[in-house]
Amino acid sequence: MFRPLETSNSSAITFTFDNQPVTAIEGMTVAAALLASGYKSLRETPVSGQARGPFCMMGACFDCLVLIDDETVQACMVQVRSGLQVSRVPRMNKAGDRL
Amino acid sequence: MTTIVVGGGIVGLSLAYGLLVQGRKVIVLDGTDEDFRASRGNFGLIWVQGKGFNCPPYANWSRQAATLWPDYASDLQKQTGIDLALSQKGGVSYYTNEADLAGQISKLESLRSAVGGDYPFEMLDHAALKRLVPEIGPKVIGGIYSPMDGHVNPLFLLRALSLAVRQMGGDVRTGNSVIDVKAADHDFTAVLANGDHVTGDALVLSAGLGALELGGKLGFTTPIRPQQGQVLITEKLPHFMNYASATLRQVNEGGVQIGASEAEIGFDDAEDMATIAGLARHAVDVFPHLARVKLVRSWAALRIMSPDGLPIYQHSPSYQGASFVTCHSGITLSTVHARLLPDWLAKEKTAVDLTPFSERRFDV
Repeated sequence: MFRPLETSNSSAITFTFDNQPVTAIEGMTVAAALLASGYKSLRETPVSGQARGPFCMMGACFDCLVLIDDETVQACMVQVRSGLQVSRVPRMNKAGDRL
Repeated sequence: MTTIVVGGGIVGLSLAYGLLVQGRKVIVLDGTDEDFRASRGNFGLIWVQGKGFNCPPYANWSRQAATLWPDYASDLQKQTGIDLALSQKGGVSYYTNEADLAGQISKLESLRSAVGGDYPFEMLDHAALKRLVPEIGPKVIGGIYSPMDGHVNPLFLLRALSLAVRQMGGDVRTGNSVIDVKAADHDFTAVLANGDHVTGDALVLSAGLGALELGGKLGFTTPIRPQQGQVLITEKLPHFMNYASATLRQVNEGGVQIGASEAEIGFDDAEDMATIAGLARHAVDVFPHLARVKLVRSWAALRIMSPDGLPIYQHSPSYQGASFVTCHSGITLSTVHARLLPDWLAKEKTAVDLTPFSERRFDV
């Protein structure tokens, strides 16, 4: 279980992950907020279908990919903001169409 | 009876592996991570079509190398347990211009005659190519398929060779550049940056661009230069690409690798946005659905180029036992380097004839 190391003076905000509300502290990354809310797996790999979640938390491993504004982005490189809509990256078929 | 291999990239390790199979003692001297390391930045093709237009022996050498790959990969997997992700289903070259395609076909036909007819390739118009590769876009007017081509995971190959050489008793010294070489017939001493001296009765200079600093001391002219290539890789995608091309291949982990530029800018391995954009545009021209795909990384590496782009295999004219081996196709040629070059290094009478690839071809 992940928890903040120190209490923050920043205010709590709410965003959504797959349409479910998630509470986070302003300034957190999306990856940190999702881990703190109990989400470990954020997607399945396109090749083997195995579960993947945030790992390096510093922009290197590309395991924390999520969909924001219809773009695949690294959840550890985006800060949460109130009302942000985050969803799982859809599976693709061979032609790149979303399933 | 020890061979010093100067250079621990794919070329040096392939030679070391081959020498160990023959029972030689081998010491591989690898440089540092600050060196230019083509073996860590290359594209991973096992490529035959179009190589050697002006030199049929090079076409044959590449073809022979590709033919040996299945058995070679299987040997390395038995030795190390590493699956190299070898795929030799053939290669496709994509064209967006009729004249370019016609020109290439005519050159390939000449080469086919020059090597005696056994040189399979096929010209495909847009419709025929779309049956083979349904994902191509409307800008692709046609292409060339050849069953001779393929690809492999070059980083797995590097790891497998490195492991195999160690497992078979090779002495691999890493993180230490060779700063000097003392040479006499069958008596060589390599001086390392940390002051160590390494001795052997034979020496192979296979240090990539590092050979420029040491070649003269061994009697070689080392007419090589860096040529920069930039490469991109996308996020991982479901497997859709069955055939590699010289500019696009889907690696076994799912990413699409996009390459490669050619720039004569000296020892500069920095990427630039204009080149990256150009490579990405080409990829989207061929496969429009890649426009929706994220790039995750780009990098540049330096090819080791000779004046005619072909490998150089040269025995030292000054010192018995010293040889120079360099090429920009170290992946394709890894098989022949391991299997056929040990006899050539030892000047066995039955060794393969590599005189078309000597340094002397550049003498004016």
